[in-house]
Amino acid sequence: MITLEHYLILAAVLFCIGLWGALAKRSAIMVLMSIELMLNAVNINLVAFSRFLTPDALVGQVFAIFVIVVAAAEVAVGLAIVINIYRERQTSFVDEFDWLKW
Amino acid sequence: MIENAWLIPVLPAVAFVVIVFLIRQFKMLSALTAIAAMAVSFIISVGIVWEIIQGGATMKKPVEYFVNWLDLPGLNIQAGILIDPLAAAMLFVVTFVALLVMIYSVGYMHGDPGFSVFFSYLSLFSASMLGLVVANNYFQMFFFWELVGLCSYLLIGYYFHKPSAVQANKKAFITNRWGDFGFMLGIFFLFLVFGTFNFGELAKAIPKYDNVAFLTLAGILVFIGPIAKSAQFPLHVWLPDAMEGPTPVSALIHAATMVAAGVYLVARGFVLFHSVETVALVVAWVGGLSALIAATIALVQDDCKRIMAFSTMSQLGYMLMALGVGSLTAGMFHLTTHAFFKALMFLAAGSVIHATHKQNIFEMGGLRKSMPITTWTTVIGALALAGIFPLAGFWSKDEILVAAYTEGAYALFGLASLVAFMTAFYMFRMVFVVFWGDEPEGQHAHESPLTMTIPLIILAFFSIFSGFIGSPLVETGFFSYVYYKYPHPPEPNYMIMISSTVLALAGIGLAWLIYGKKSISAEALKQRFQPIHTLLYNKFYIDELYLWLFDKVMLNISTAFNWNDRHIVDGIFDGIGDLTRAAGARLRFIHTGSLQNYALVIFAAVVIIMLWMAVPALGGI
Repeated sequence: MITLEHYLILAAVLFCIGLWGALAKRSAIMVLMSIELMLNAVNINLVAFSRFLTPDALVGQVFAIFVIVVAAAEVAVGLAIVINIYRERQTSFVDEFDWLKW
Repeated sequence: MIENAWLIPVLPAVAFVVIVFLIRQFKMLSALTAIAAMAVSFIISVGIVWEIIQGGATMKKPVEYFVNWLDLPGLNIQAGILIDPLAAAMLFVVTFVALLVMIYSVGYMHGDPGFSVFFSYLSLFSASMLGLVVANNYFQMFFFWELVGLCSYLLIGYYFHKPSAVQANKKAFITNRWGDFGFMLGIFFLFLVFGTFNFGELAKAIPKYDNVAFLTLAGILVFIGPIAKSAQFPLHVWLPDAMEGPTPVSALIHAATMVAAGVYLVARGFVLFHSVETVALVVAWVGGLSALIAATIALVQDDCKRIMAFSTMSQLGYMLMALGVGSLTAGMFHLTTHAFFKALMFLAAGSVIHATHKQNIFEMGGLRKSMPITTWTTVIGALALAGIFPLAGFWSKDEILVAAYTEGAYALFGLASLVAFMTAFYMFRMVFVVFWGDEPEGQHAHESPLTMTIPLIILAFFSIFSGFIGSPLVETGFFSYVYYKYPHPPEPNYMIMISSTVLALAGIGLAWLIYGKKSISAEALKQRFQPIHTLLYNKFYIDELYLWLFDKVMLNISTAFNWNDRHIVDGIFDGIGDLTRAAGARLRFIHTGSLQNYALVIFAAVVIIMLWMAVPALGGI
């Protein structure tokens, strides 16, 4: 039997993988993908809570759809920025995006 | 007429504005405007004096009009007019002397490039003084007091191309600031306790107040104002230097508009100065000592205007002494008569300077033949000043001596008698040297024009006869109108009358022996009393003392304060700045510019906040 805890553990694992990717990966593309993972971990939480705690209302599911929409927009903007930086600097490594330092 | 009193200061002020902004190019028109405004003020003043003689206002029932100039919670300042016999006497004297001085100036300042400006200053000067006289509260008086100081600055420095005149006007202004500061503190103290500046309300409130220490402090602080303004020891140093201004200005300053303000203030605030014994004593002794110091210095000076300046200081000392021992009548009476004969003496000195272009009396001589009107009016003025029967000075000085004697101030009485002797001596020393003796080589003096001699003659007339209005010979005179609490008709004290006349005559006689007949050699006396002569000639080295105090004491203290400011005060603020900058220089390295660093910090912060909210021990939910 799959319980709420299973979903939560899955979401937590996904979130941690995403977080690790966002903080540790050099490639900007990978960072953006990791952020997607974190957002989807949250989506799993939302749907799971909705399914187990308020099965009659679709609040969590609707909210998850909102998150997906916003994530799509965010990725579009993020990729555009990355492409522009690549054209300017010939790099897509996040640790080289440091021209704002001190 | 009394309800038109506000016009008296306003008219000369309007004349000032009109001259400065509209008609400055037209010299004669400017002079006529100033004179016309002053003449109307004079006529109104005469009307007021007339109404007061009819009983229109008395010291107990003054006429007062006012509006609220500033009305805030806890602060009410009025602008008003207070007319009582005291103010009326001053109004008459000031407008009269100012009018004559203006007429005289038409001749004296003839051909001066700043002719119109001079008349505008004279108008403003008179307007300020008249505003001060009619003021119904200390604040208004202080306002005009400052204006008087400003005008004296402008007029003393009238010949601004002369460095000595510039020094003199600065000296006058700065010395007066000391007095103004004391005066200001004094009236603020009074306001703090009594909540009003109004003379009438204060006169009611002060006698009911019993904090002697406070009244002493307030009284002495307010009295510092008159010390500076009336050139009393130790703030008298500006007066002799004020002679750098044109001579009509000296006449105005000495007779009516400047130094009289101090005495008038003491008379106006008589209740305050007599609320405590100590303050009255201070007033009396400052006056008495100044009279003595000034008279001794005047004995040996050789600049005719300086002699007169010290004479003024001495006579003002007399007035303050009278006010200090408790006789408002005697002090104000002497102020009135003194205004006439001192204005006369200055205008006569101006006439002499105009003719000879010299000021040192030993470079002149024998002017009796070429300038008869000036000579005889000067002699009248000198006789009045020396206090010879029956001229004006005799009656007023006698009243002061009687006041000192009857109040039991015998030391002051003796001192004043000594001063009377010296006054007669130094005035006639000047008269004999300038008008008698031999004419020096190359002196081509001639009598001054009519605009100058007519004021002299008018003033000489008043110097002879104005004394009778307050003499014991009349039933109702000056004393029946100007008094404190109740009138004191003077009782003729023949012993004092005779002794003071004898002293004055002795002074004149001694002057005649030394400088007229030359049977006693002035040089030999000078040799014999060399140290005293040097001391007096250098005015007791008071100027030098102040210079030393300034150079050695004040500048050193200032250097210390400067050091404190540069190193301690600036050090604190520079230190705060340096610290901030140094901290910034180090802290900026945490801005790595790396996105992932920032993200890590943000995430760590979120985790910390979550934990903090989640753990009950840390105030979590």
